[in-house]
Parts: sequence; structure tokens; C-alpha cells
Amino acid sequence: MTLEVDKLQISYRTLRGDVRAVDGVSFAVDDGEIMGLAGESGCGKSTLGNSLVYLEGRMKHAGGTVRLDGEVLPISDQRAMGRYRLKRVSIIPQYAMSALNPTRKVGRMTAELLKSRGVRYDSVEEELKRRIDLVGLPQGVLGMYPFELSGGMRQRATMVISTLLDPSLLVADEVTSALDVSTQRAVGEMLMEFRDERFVKTIIVITHDLSILAQVADTITVMYAGKLVEKAPAATVVGEPLHPYTQALLASLPEVGVRYEDAPLAGIPGRPPSLLHPPAGCRFGARCPFAFEKCSQDPPFMELRPGHEVACWKAVRDIGGTSVLAEADQPGTEGPAGPGAGSEVPAVPRPGAQLASPTSAVSPGPGEWTGQGTGQP
Amino acid sequence: MSLLELDKVSKVYKTGTFGGELKPALREVSFNIDKGEVISLIGQSGSGKSTLGKIILHLVPPTSGTVRFEGTDISAIGKAGLRDYYRRVQGVFQDPFSSYNPLYKADRVFDMVKSVYFPGVRGTDWQAKVEAALESVTLNPGDVLNKFPHQLSGGQQQRLLIARALLLDVRLLVADEIISMLDASTRVDVLNLLVDLKRRGLGILFITHDLSLGNYISDQTVILRQGVVVEMGETPKVLGNPQHTYTKSLLAAVPQLHKKWGELGAGATVIPAGEVRAGSSNGKIAHDEVGRYSKSPLHPLRQGRGGSGGPLSSVTKTAGGRPSLMELEDAPWQRRGPKAKKSPSAVLSAYPAPPLQECEAGHFVATES
Amino acid sequence: MTASPGEIGPAAGVEEASSLGSSSTEEVGAGSEPVLGPVGSIAGGGVEARATVAAGAPVVGAPSGLGVGPRQFTGGRRWEFLYFALRNKKLLLGMSVELVFVVLAIIGPAIAPYNPSKFVARPNLGPSGAHLMGTTYFGQDVFSQLLYGLRDSYLVGFLGGLFAAIVGMAIGFSAGYRGGVLDEVLQVFTNIIVMIPSLVLLIVISAYLKTRGILFEGVFIGVTTWPWVARAVRAQTFTLRERDFVDLAKLSGRRATSIIVKDIAPNMASYLFLVLILLFGSSILLAANFDFLGLGPTNTVSLGTMMNQAMLWSALQLHVWWWFIPPGAVITIIVAALLVANVGLDEVFNPRLRAT
Ligand SMILES: Nc1ncnc2c1ncn2[C@@H]1O[C@H](COP(=O)(O)OP(=O)(O)O)[C@@H](O)[C@H]1O
Ligand SMILES: Nc1ncnc2c1ncn2[C@@H]1O[C@H](COP(=O)(O)OP(=O)(O)O)[C@@H](O)[C@H]1O
Ligand code: SF4
Ligand SMILES: [Mg+2]
Ligand SMILES: [Mg+2]
Repeated sequence: MTLEVDKLQISYRTLRGDVRAVDGVSFAVDDGEIMGLAGESGCGKSTLGNSLVYLEGRMKHAGGTVRLDGEVLPISDQRAMGRYRLKRVSIIPQYAMSALNPTRKVGRMTAELLKSRGVRYDSVEEELKRRIDLVGLPQGVLGMYPFELSGGMRQRATMVISTLLDPSLLVADEVTSALDVSTQRAVGEMLMEFRDERFVKTIIVITHDLSILAQVADTITVMYAGKLVEKAPAATVVGEPLHPYTQALLASLPEVGVRYEDAPLAGIPGRPPSLLHPPAGCRFGARCPFAFEKCSQDPPFMELRPGHEVACWKAVRDIGGTSVLAEADQPGTEGPAGPGAGSEVPAVPRPGAQLASPTSAVSPGPGEWTGQGTGQP
Repeated sequence: MSLLELDKVSKVYKTGTFGGELKPALREVSFNIDKGEVISLIGQSGSGKSTLGKIILHLVPPTSGTVRFEGTDISAIGKAGLRDYYRRVQGVFQDPFSSYNPLYKADRVFDMVKSVYFPGVRGTDWQAKVEAALESVTLNPGDVLNKFPHQLSGGQQQRLLIARALLLDVRLLVADEIISMLDASTRVDVLNLLVDLKRRGLGILFITHDLSLGNYISDQTVILRQGVVVEMGETPKVLGNPQHTYTKSLLAAVPQLHKKWGELGAGATVIPAGEVRAGSSNGKIAHDEVGRYSKSPLHPLRQGRGGSGGPLSSVTKTAGGRPSLMELEDAPWQRRGPKAKKSPSAVLSAYPAPPLQECEAGHFVATES
Repeated sequence: MTASPGEIGPAAGVEEASSLGSSSTEEVGAGSEPVLGPVGSIAGGGVEARATVAAGAPVVGAPSGLGVGPRQFTGGRRWEFLYFALRNKKLLLGMSVELVFVVLAIIGPAIAPYNPSKFVARPNLGPSGAHLMGTTYFGQDVFSQLLYGLRDSYLVGFLGGLFAAIVGMAIGFSAGYRGGVLDEVLQVFTNIIVMIPSLVLLIVISAYLKTRGILFEGVFIGVTTWPWVARAVRAQTFTLRERDFVDLAKLSGRRATSIIVKDIAPNMASYLFLVLILLFGSSILLAANFDFLGLGPTNTVSLGTMMNQAMLWSALQLHVWWWFIPPGAVITIIVAALLVANVGLDEVFNPRLRAT
């Protein structure tokens, strides 16, 4: 495992109290894996991504650990983290594209950045030029100001610069969101190529757009209100989602060829809860059409099928049988916590569920999202 | 007579210091919008979509060509006429945050309408009118009134702006990328609202760069590339049976849930080399941005995740004489030297829009050079 | 907005070099570069927080503006300002010093022990109980002169600043909002004014005028300093008018002046405030300069004229330090306090500079 995140908690200090934007998140990313992190805006995706690289002033590391290549990252110590940034961990922050310093040429900016990491520009210049060529930018970009570049070019330049020192982890936060579709594709394919060329070992791609992740990610992790709700290989998340939130996200995506007359889509009513005082129990409860009594307790994030982790009581009921439910009901236990606990569950994949025809497998029909159905479909 | 008629609308921007450079953002764009019709205007960024929207909204004057609304040329209307025009033609823009003045409460957008168009209406009547408009965009007045913009979600903000337009007697709504900043989950509600408005007889110009959104909602589709219409017609025909390579490459780039980029048909991604060389910059970009990154032997598509090799390898071969991606440098009118044109009209006549041909009933394609 | 500046630069691994992102959020724009020099502060680092489908070339030189965007997650933005303002030592210090001097300037004439221009004691007396700051070569009381002079200096600063602000904003707003031909004409006009050397102009005018009063000096200073206000305001207006809410206001049938006054100007309030402070400080300094060169008001006493007189009558050589040190020190303190307050304001408006 290149990256192992264990019960990570990050909060923002505000005048009104702590905003618990990342609230006990555990996951691991393998060498060579591109992990997609999805969810509506405000769910804590950027906070999670940023915390792996840089804790900004108001952010507080409230608990948990992050390991990179087996080594614990000192994420709350900014000075110590300085040694890792760019060399071992790197990030393309949300809006980075528009945040490039407009008064610095790209080349000079790169040199300054490298200098701040104690790396001499000359020593990497050749590699830089090679990579600029590789991503199809003209060498001239180094002598240009950011505003002279189109959105796609800027995004590519940022990507080359942030991975120049071959970090183990790259966090790419909404790198495709402001681009038009053809540039999205270019940037998406570039992410894959960077991984293939071993410029980076692992990439966390953050976006609210699941269809981009279906293209580039190996695994998809869905986040809701500061917690992980589902993690599985990309095809599984897209084809056989178990969490109602993931299902709802997918149901709201128009696919090419779908017209409103044929199949009206439905959004998800409501919006994510405030993380200042997150609700008790399942955080998706207020918007979930399947919510039942059990959901007033916090659902554990557990492996219900091999490689498929979910935090939902309904999924537990449907797949894990009642044993887990009963177990969680025992006084004193808040349900099995963490991925490991899932091994007790009879985690047998349903026969025939293995993606024979991905298109047919999208779970709830859109119609279910318009009504306020409860219970099982 | 259509609701709105665009007749050879062109726009040349002056850029550079002292307006020394001329940039044709639109060239001879003509199409009509009818009552109860959604037209999606699709193109990459920089293709001139917003410029056209602003011309229709009388925020930017066209360099040449005419815009007729209900038969009247809008360039001729005076101040009072403009006020009247805005009663019937309204717009909603891309960035909900930027549409609200951050210093004021969000419902100020209603107050602005009241002070100009309904100065005499009594408070309670107005309140009722606003609430009715909010209901019709499925917003709960209590949720959105008396709040600052940042206290509302993006979807609420955009619906509030649509409600604002509904206070007036709108017939035509220009919706400029109004959902591209929203989460998929809220996007759909706004889309469905537009469908609803269309059913009530509004004409809607739906500007987007995302073909799946355009396809979902529109009756007619206009594909714009570098300010020129390359393909247009009934949506199912244009997007179901695309003829122009540019349309095809746009379609191939749409990220889909169950089909990898690489798995699309061969013709979809490859733009002939001739096109790349002779054509204009966006063609190159489309070609490049689509094909470039797939050449690595390690590429997942080649590792059995999708097809192997496939359509993209043919692009790879052209990598030797890789064209520059510099959009600006390559546009024909950007070249310096003897070709530089002095006046906007000279620029326009030097780079005429290619003619459109009807390839099937209700489906027009520009000839490709 | 999540892109608070710390996140961008540093997150990309840049905190020391602060290069990848100069500044990012809307909030930052206002004073991301300390606004010290008149011109040049405009194109400061602010960049739209959410550039969208980046269509490439920003049309204007200034990449984007300040704009007070409350893309804030918690608490009202205003309250946050107040919160930070009340905790900003520089702002508090600068403002309290300024307050003391303003009060002195207002009540000065009332508490001044002597008539500043009358001969009240022996010349060149050192500081004593009767004459706190001694007397001049003409036997005038330096302390009384200082109190009166303070008032006149503030008056000049106020007049000059106000005049420059009014003219500069009027021209800057119209040029920036309307653009096009009007903009070009006004630009040319502004450049012409900038090119006229103000000192030479003042000398020429002085040759024709018998007496020059405070009003004349204030207006003269205003006339020569408005161009940089106009430029700054124009650049900011240019970026703000691109914002969609301006288009939306037009679509609501509102008139240009009302859009400028109600939509554009309030969004530059923090910036305009800084401009006012700077104008005020620079007017006081300019006036002192002119006074010192003997081009100041002929009929009153100001801090600058005091120093001018001291020089003329060889106070330096005669070691009459109490004649020129107090006015010099007061001017320095006034301007320094303004600048300190200005830096403090910058920190309040610019989250990047806020100490957390
Ligand atoms: N600087 C901040 N101060 C306080 N709260 C913040 C700040 N930044 C983000 N938040 C809050 O943290 C939560 C997660 O935000 P973020 O990580 O940006 O989400 P995402 O990237 O998924 O959109 C949100 O509820 C947001 O309101
Ligand atoms: N005010 C302006 N001045 C100069 N050029 C402009 C202006 N507005 C847009 N352009 C240029 O016109 C072209 C079309 O822009 P726009 O209509 O915004 O495209 P789209 O909305 O399709 O992204 C772009 O190349 C853009 O740079
Ligand atoms: S079924 Fe219950 S646990 Fe599962 S998402 Fe809905 S509310 Fe949460
Ligand atoms: Mg984010
Ligand atoms: Mg646009």
C-alpha cells in the first residue's frame, strides 16, 4: 500500500465552533492505483485531499494517521511536511488553474518552487522539457504568463510541475471541473499516462463528476458529509452501487443519448448537512428514501463484498444478512468499525452479479428518486 | 415569424493594446428560436457561445448582422425599448456566485426588477408575486428569501435567478452554462425546470459545452466552433447521426459511465491530418486533446482494460510533426504579417463562414475544408 | 470558495516561495500587494477564485479584482472584518495615533496658549514652562504654531485627498465602466495630466498669484494627484464590470450611474478606503514639501511653513532645534501612523496576511 489513511479527522476552527469536515476516514491506495474521490460539494473532499499535503491555517488535525510508503506523515507539523511536499506528496489544489501567479512566467515560477524545496532548477530542467514535450505543450510555455495559456494548457502545465520530482502521491482536486469536455478527456487521459509512466505512484482524483471517475479511476470512493460511504473498484461503484447515496448520484447523471421525454432524471432533494453540528446516525438519513429505524445509528464502513466497502444499514440488511444488524444492536458496541470487521460477514458475491452487462446494472430506476419511498425497493 | 431570428450575426473583438488586434468571435451565425423550443448551443470554450448570448441580451453589440425579436431589429430600440425588451428577454449566467452582488441579500435581484418594472405594486401584492414565482421554480420562499447568496446552494441560486426572470413577462430565456458549476445532483433539477418552462411556451437558448446535457433537453442543436456554425438541426439527428468531424470528436470526449473513452467508434476521435494542418486551431486542439495522451505503450487502454490500440493509434502516428497547441497562435487571423487585417469587416470577409448544406431533412452541416 | 490562499500556494508545495499561487480568493485581491506606491498597486495579485471554463486571455491587464466575495463558510463576513479589525494591533495603533492628532487639530486653536503669528516673547527661547516648545526667531510660540499648523495640515490633506478622490473616481468609474472611446479619451487626458510636472506648474502659478491659501494648495494637490486614483479605479472597475451581477443589473433595466454607485463601488469599498488613506497621507506630505520650498500658503501657518521658516532663518545653524524638530516629527508620525494603519487594514481585508 502506498497510502494508508486511518481514522483521519480534520476540522476547521471557526468562530462558531469546529467544522468537522473529515470525520474519521480510513482507506488505502495501492501502488499504481488511481483512486477517485466523489461526492457533492461541501462533503469534505478537498479538505481530505489538502490535509494529506498541507494543513492550512484554520485546519486542525483532530486525530488519525496517514502513512505513505509505510512511513507516518507528520501532517500536523507544517515544517516537517515541508520535506515531503513536491518530493513525496503533491497536490493540484482546486482552482489551482486560476490561482497561478499572474505576474510570474511559468518557467520562473517552477524554478522558485523547486528552490523552495531545495532542488536546483538545472538538475531537473532536462526532465521538465521532456515532460512538457510529452504532454504536448510547446517549450515556449516556460516563457509565458499563465493568462496566456488556455484552460487545458494551464492544467497540463500545473500537472507537469507538480509531479516533476516523481512524488508517491498526487492529489488532483477538481482538475477537470472547469474544462470543456474535450479538454476534460485530455486531462483525464494525461492523469492515466502519468501513472503509467510512473511519474507518480498513486493519484487521488477528486471530483464531483462520477462519469470522469468512471473513465480514469481504478477505485472510486464516495464521500458524504465528512465520512466515506462507499469504496469499490470503479466498475463496481458505477455498475453495482450499494449505497443509496451513490445510487442517487448515478441516477442524476444524464448519459449521452438520454432525452427528457424518454427518461426524466431526478436529482437528490435537499443538500448535505452542515458539518458544524452533523446529525446523529446515518448522515444521509434526511435525504435517503430507504431510511428505516436502524438508521438512527451510525452505520459502520465495512466490507460487504470482497473489495467493496459500504456504510449503510440497508446494504447490510440486503447483503450481510441480519447477523451484523443484530450484532450492532448489542449494547455497548456501535457496530463493527473499520474495514477489518467486515471479514466476519459472509461476503459472498451474488452469482451473476459480476458485471455481465454494466449498462443494465444501474440500481434504482430514476423513478424511485422522485417519490419519497421508504423501505426496500 | 420566429420568436428570435439571428441573421448573419458576426462579432469582431478588438484586443491587444490600443485595440490593435482583431479577433472574430462570431462569423455569420444564423438560426431561429421558436416559442416553446429549446435550442442548445454547443461548443468548446472560446467558441463564441457567451458572445452570442450577450448579443441576444443586448449587452454586446454585434459587428454586423441583425437580431430580430418578434420581428423587430433590436439594434434600433432606444432606452425605453430596451426596458421593454428586457421584460420579455432575460438571461441567467454560468457562475451563480458571480451573478449575485456579494454585498447584498440574494433577493435583491427581485427588488431590482420591482423598482424598474413594478414601481407601483404594493408590498403585499409583490410578495405574493415573488412567492408564486418561487413556487414555480420549486423553491420554498422561506428557504431562500432574506438570505445572503453564500447561504444558498448553487442550485437554489440558479433557480432564484430563473424565478427572477419569471416575474417579468419572459418569452425568451438565454441560459448560459447555467448548470456547469452545479453538482450533478442539483443540475438535474434545474434542467427539468427548463423543460417545464419550455412546456409553458418559453423559447430557451441553452448554452453548454456538454453534449449529454444538450441532448437531454433540447429540440434543436447548434454546434459552434471558432465562432462558426459547423452543424445544426434537430437534436436527435445532429447528435444521433453527426456528420461533421468536429461534432464527432466532441461526442467522443463526453465522459460516459459505462463506456471508456477509447471504446468509441473509430471515426469518432480521429480528425484527418489534412484537417489538422489546414484547419483552424480548435480542430487541432480537439484532435490533440483527444489523441495525445494515449500513445504510451503502458496506456491502460492497451492493457486490455478497453480495446487495444484501436482508433487512437492512428493519431499517435502523427505525433512526429506534432502541431502546437497554442490556440491563439494558430488561428488564421492571429497570424501577423501581410495578412493582418485592418478593419473588422475586412477580417470577416477574409475568413468567411463555410456554407451549410442540408444533409437530411432538418439537419445542416458545414462543408469541411 | 475553498481556495483560501494558504491552500493554493502552499498546498502545491510552495509556501515559502509563494509563487504557484500568488493569491487566489476573491477576498485577497484588495491589497494583495501592500498598496504603497500610488500607481502599480492595481494589477496586484488577485485572481478570480473560480475562473471557469478558462477561455484564455483575460482581456484586461489586471487579471481580476478584489471584490468582496463572501464565499465564506461560517459567520458573516462583515463581522469577521470587525473581529479581525479589532484584533489588529497595527490598525488600532495607527488609528489611535491619528485620532489623538485629529482631536488636537480640532481643539488646537482653543487650547493654544498664544496667537501663533504674534510676537509673544523673546526670540529663540528654548523650551520652558511658559513656552513648551520654545519660541521662533520672531518670538512666536512654537507650540501654538504647531497646534494651528496641525489643523491646516489636516485641512490640506483632507481637501487634497477629497478633491483627488472625487475627480479620480468620477473619471476612473466612467472610463472603466463605459470603456470604448470614452475610455480612450479619458486615458489620454489622464496621461497628459500625469506628464505635467506639478512643481513647475506651481512655481508658474505662484508667480501670478499674490496670496495662496490653504484652499488653493489643497485643490492644487488634488488636481495633480487624481490621475493615479483614476487609473486604479478604472482598472478595478474594468474587472468588476465583467462580473455577471453587473450584467444582471443591466438586464433589470437599471441605469449606469445606479449600477456604479450601488453595485460596483461598494465592491471596491475596501480598496477605495485604502486609496483615501493614501491620498490623505500623500497630500499632507506634498503640502509640507511645497510649504518647505516656500510655495505654500502665504497667509497661514502649517507644519510645512514652520519648517520652511526655520530653514530660512537658519534655525539649523543656530541650533534652534525646537523650531524644526516638532513639526518634522509630527508630520512623520502622522504619515507613519497612516501607513501603519494601512498595513493593518490590508491584513484585515486580506486573509492571506491575517495571522491565524
Ligand atoms: N476555510 C474553511 N472554514 C470553515 N469551514 C470550511 C472551510 N473550508 C471548507 N469548510 C467546510 O468544510 C466542509 C468541506 O468542505 P470541502 O472540503 O471544500 O468540500 P468539497 O471539496 O467536498 O466541496 C464544508 O462543509 C465547508 O463548509
Ligand atoms: N470582451 C471581450 N474582448 C475581447 N475578446 C473577447 C471578449 N469576450 C470574449 N472574447 C473572445 O471571444 C472568443 C469567444 O468568447 P466567448 O463568447 O466567451 O466563448 P465561450 O462562451 O464559447 O467560451 C474568445 O476567444 C474570447 O477570448
Ligand atoms: S438506508 Fe439508512 S444507513 Fe443506508 S443510506 Fe439510507 S439512511 Fe443511511
Ligand atoms: Mg472541493
Ligand atoms: Mg462562455
